[in-house]
Amino acid sequence: MAVTLSLTVNGKAVNATVDPRTLLVELLRNQLGLTGTHVGCDTGQCGACTVHVDGRAVKSCNLLAAQANGAVVVTIEGLAAADGTMHPMQAAFKECHGLQCGFCTTGMVMSAIDLVNRHPKASEATIREELEGNLCRCTGYHNIVKAVAQGAAAMAK
Amino acid sequence: MYPFELHRPASIADAAALLAKTGGKALAGGQSLVAAMKLRLAQPGHVVDLSGLAELKGIRREGDAVSIGAMSRHADIASSDVVKGAIPALAALAEGIGDRQVRNVGTIGGSLANNDPAADWPAAVLGLNATVHTNKRKVPADEYFRGMYETALADDEIIVSVSFPVPKKAAYAKFPNPASRFALVGVFVALSGPGVRVAVTGAASSVFRCKPLEDALARSFTAAAAKAVKVDAAGLNADLHGSPAYRAHLVSVMAARAVTSAG
Amino acid sequence: MGANEQGVIGKSIRRKEDGRFLTGTGQFTDDINAANQSAGVFLRSPHAHARLRSIDASRAKAAPGVVAVFTGADLEGVNGLPCGWLITGTDGKPMNEPPHPVLAQGKVRYVGDAVALVVAESIHQAKDAAELIDVDYEVLPAVVNCVDALKPGAPQIHDQAPGNRCYTWALGDKAAVDAAFAKAAHVTKLDLVNNRLIPNAIEPRAALAKYDRAEDAYTLWVTSQNPHVERLLMTAFVLGLPEHKVRVIAPDVGGGFGSKIYLYAEETALVWASKRVNRPIKWVAERSESFLTDAHGRDHVTHAELALDKDGKFLALRVTTTANMGAYLSTFASCIPTILYATLLAGQYTTPAIHCEVTASFTNTAPVDAYRGAGRPEATYVVERIIHQAAVETGVAQDELRRRNFIRTFPYQTPVALTYDTGGYDACLDEANRMADVAGFAARKAEAAKRGKLRGIGYASYIEACGLAPSNVAGALGARAGLFEAGEVRVHPTGSVTVFTGSHSHGQGHETTFAQVVAGRLGIPVENVDVVHGDTGRIPFGMGTYGSRSLAVGGTAIVKALEKVIAKGRKIAAHLLEAAEGDIEFKDGKFTVAGTDRSKAFGEVALAAYVPHNYPLDKLEPGLNETAFYDPTNFTYPAGTHICEVEVDPDTGVVQVVQFAACDDFGNIINPMIVEGQVHGGVAQGIGQALLESCVYDAQSGQLLTGSYMDYAMPRADDLPSFKVGTKVTPCTHNPLGAKGCGEAGAIGSPAALMNAVHDALAAVGVKNLDMPASPHRVWQAIQSAKRA
Repeated sequence: MAVTLSLTVNGKAVNATVDPRTLLVELLRNQLGLTGTHVGCDTGQCGACTVHVDGRAVKSCNLLAAQANGAVVVTIEGLAAADGTMHPMQAAFKECHGLQCGFCTTGMVMSAIDLVNRHPKASEATIREELEGNLCRCTGYHNIVKAVAQGAAAMAK
Repeated sequence: MYPFELHRPASIADAAALLAKTGGKALAGGQSLVAAMKLRLAQPGHVVDLSGLAELKGIRREGDAVSIGAMSRHADIASSDVVKGAIPALAALAEGIGDRQVRNVGTIGGSLANNDPAADWPAAVLGLNATVHTNKRKVPADEYFRGMYETALADDEIIVSVSFPVPKKAAYAKFPNPASRFALVGVFVALSGPGVRVAVTGAASSVFRCKPLEDALARSFTAAAAKAVKVDAAGLNADLHGSPAYRAHLVSVMAARAVTSAG
Repeated sequence: MGANEQGVIGKSIRRKEDGRFLTGTGQFTDDINAANQSAGVFLRSPHAHARLRSIDASRAKAAPGVVAVFTGADLEGVNGLPCGWLITGTDGKPMNEPPHPVLAQGKVRYVGDAVALVVAESIHQAKDAAELIDVDYEVLPAVVNCVDALKPGAPQIHDQAPGNRCYTWALGDKAAVDAAFAKAAHVTKLDLVNNRLIPNAIEPRAALAKYDRAEDAYTLWVTSQNPHVERLLMTAFVLGLPEHKVRVIAPDVGGGFGSKIYLYAEETALVWASKRVNRPIKWVAERSESFLTDAHGRDHVTHAELALDKDGKFLALRVTTTANMGAYLSTFASCIPTILYATLLAGQYTTPAIHCEVTASFTNTAPVDAYRGAGRPEATYVVERIIHQAAVETGVAQDELRRRNFIRTFPYQTPVALTYDTGGYDACLDEANRMADVAGFAARKAEAAKRGKLRGIGYASYIEACGLAPSNVAGALGARAGLFEAGEVRVHPTGSVTVFTGSHSHGQGHETTFAQVVAGRLGIPVENVDVVHGDTGRIPFGMGTYGSRSLAVGGTAIVKALEKVIAKGRKIAAHLLEAAEGDIEFKDGKFTVAGTDRSKAFGEVALAAYVPHNYPLDKLEPGLNETAFYDPTNFTYPAGTHICEVEVDPDTGVVQVVQFAACDDFGNIINPMIVEGQVHGGVAQGIGQALLESCVYDAQSGQLLTGSYMDYAMPRADDLPSFKVGTKVTPCTHNPLGAKGCGEAGAIGSPAALMNAVHDALAAVGVKNLDMPASPHRVWQAIQSAKRA
């Protein structure tokens, strides 16, 4: 039996009727067309699918869409300002070359923002520990760590 | 994922009745259950979502104990002033579970109901001699864990909260599996009025108390005393990431580190 | 060249491609959907080795939503997947090349081998139906280790490869090596395993195949590093389709590292099936499938011996290697442990005699092919580990022993077929020593000891050969493909430029680097240049991205096209300026009559080419659009020194990388930021190999034991330090950019540097030889064994 959901995605009210087994990432990608959220694994470890649910970073591939009923969801598509100006964290990733192939990037940025919300002045060690749930195969994390620190400084302004 | 029917009960009684009637699985944070269902390793025909049950939420100091609602998320526990003030070892353990995204969704109740042999919460529950409060009864820690993914819970039994007695000293030290970051060996040590308890996770098919370490630390609650204990490797897990002998060795090492950080 | 090429070359310009990736508007294969699309799922073998007695798909075909089910029997007439390099063995015979069916026929040969393709309305329905296919397997004994596979009595995997041997091949002068060993003052011997790896690009492989009945044409979107090669192999060798009726698009691709070079069964089956069902079919690998079926890397077992004279000069190197090919030959599998391995065994050293014998065997494991570095990390690992060991045995300092043997005269002909055009090995070693503060190491080691930690330092002075070439030489060595690259420069009437390159970018930043090359040469803003890649429908041709070749080969093809553009522009300008063509200079974006101030801007010349009113139509075609193909005359030879410092916790066996310094010579650098990023990523993958990663199959059952991130340890942010990265430059002598390539270096130097550091640290507790990965359990066990010994 299908379940009905209402939630807010990137500031817009969404009402959906889904098969109960629909994952949040499937709702976002397949029904809402928000393909910036990616799926990189099937065991909930790579973090490419990270979005914010009620302000917290979660793995949307490991959450039923029904679990986000009533929640406020923000995806990578919801970060930039209305005029297209990138969020300071997005800008910092570009400035620091914190991305290469771009596949893990969207989840990485979502995790980074959650991280900075909790640790506005995170040290390098804290940034590295907090990114435990996001795999990147391209960058060796070096420039991601730099980008998060720079993004944190920009977000503080 | 196989198809299933989702139920969203509004009371514990309704949830228990649904579980009894359907033989379904309770869904807490789903960080283990949803993952298993995705891989078609679990195939419940009915899933009972506990997120609407207010009684399962909340973290409170209750006399000489801290009561943590079953649906408390790891991240909530890690940042709880009540927990940090009374049993900082619990907050630290919660902060080390999985990764940030898992801590933001996964719950203590879900973890305890699942009883993964490498999970962290079982070590705290057993190490602190906590009591698991369900919709039916109160289960002492020593009676709760029954083996790999097995607990004392009946099919329609739901964890409501867990009550942790406040110890004099306690700490948890985890040696993570380099791949999964689950505990290859995790040791919880606690010193309290009744004595010393040492609970070990990750090393065997289920969490267990390590008597030789408890005895040694009862005599001398020092890292050196812990490290001197030679733990028996018999019955410990063998896999790619650690032989029984390695795990046995790590139990002593992690116990010593836990004692050091317990202060 | 203009005034520093307008300040564009050598600048860390921020990437043009980042906007779409940072805002979620990139288009990866799984982001693309076609109308009326169906879902494909592959039923895979649960057994490592089994005979297929029968397959009954009738229940699956009748299941809800099922469009079709195909098995190997349906693919009669479709050829197997080809191997692109024919190795001729020491016996003078061609390698054994057993068929590689698209869907299993007769037998399955590894866990994950594709048995059937199910096409259904939804992915759930396809999966449900796949479970209804009844396959009667006669399970056979399996062998997964490449040495075991060659032993008498080992399970026979292919009828066409007796004894599971693919080939035994050799390079070098055996007699000279034997003679040198006979007079050696010291011989160092070492047994090494180069651990098997799973590439793990974070985007899983995926394909969307669409058939257009009206045109009898196909479009394939696929996670590929080289769409033209994919199309050529698929149409000409496997499916027998007209090449012009197949368009292959590799859109945004989420990392490759080699694993997306190859023609795989899945996209081939999808293209074939899309016509049978007359519907688009999409397949996206789940990560578990990627672990099972992406081509793996490395997996060598080696014995090496190094002969030295009394002064520590290397006299000869003798290497015997067994290499695992897996169950079938992947697209370039055969050349990795031969052409790309044995040829690199000279390293940076003057070793006068080298002999290497390689035996490649088939096993019941996933096919093995190029993974970042491809043969060169394996060679570097042999050379640099044995040099470390020789230095320990002879008591010579690590850097000093290397220096005593460095090549310093170029061009240099090695005894293993390569001619190094240029290099400066001392400079990189000196700089790496400085960056790593080697002088302060003893104090750091003593301080660590006070904390109960064992500290060690390790070197690797690697060399690699990139930009595999030239085609005719490679052809003589067995290559079945060309090794050139193509580029088209399309100048628009208003002077902006679109570049079409056969190189593919899946993280390397070509859209920026190549735009810098073009902007620099034409004297126009980088913003006025866009780069198109990854589409056989838009790009003239291409060999794609592999072997760190994109800038040195693909970039040079663009430069050659630019030279044609400028030459034509000069003719147009001469006409417009009423001057002789020979008097026209092109500099800083302007065509100028030499010695005058009369000039035409590049944009004015472009406009004249497309609005040819005042134009020499009798002598010159209108338009400004040039294509060039470039086939290099030699490899390029990036080289450098990596120094790794580790701390080992003897209580737990944990190895922590506390410092990593890399000084590399990549020739001229267009965008330092991008180059540094490539080094960071490569080093992380090398550290991953040395510290964490290992693909393990169960020796009896052939099951993959490291089939998910629960058991395959991927490097995470907190496993790694920040890296110290520096460069020295000796420009490549045979391409106009002077570029050598930088994509793989990090992964080539770092494993040996790290393992040498681990051995340095563990020498104090008696550990002599530890294979990768230096995981806590293995390090702890090595320490315990050394204690007992």
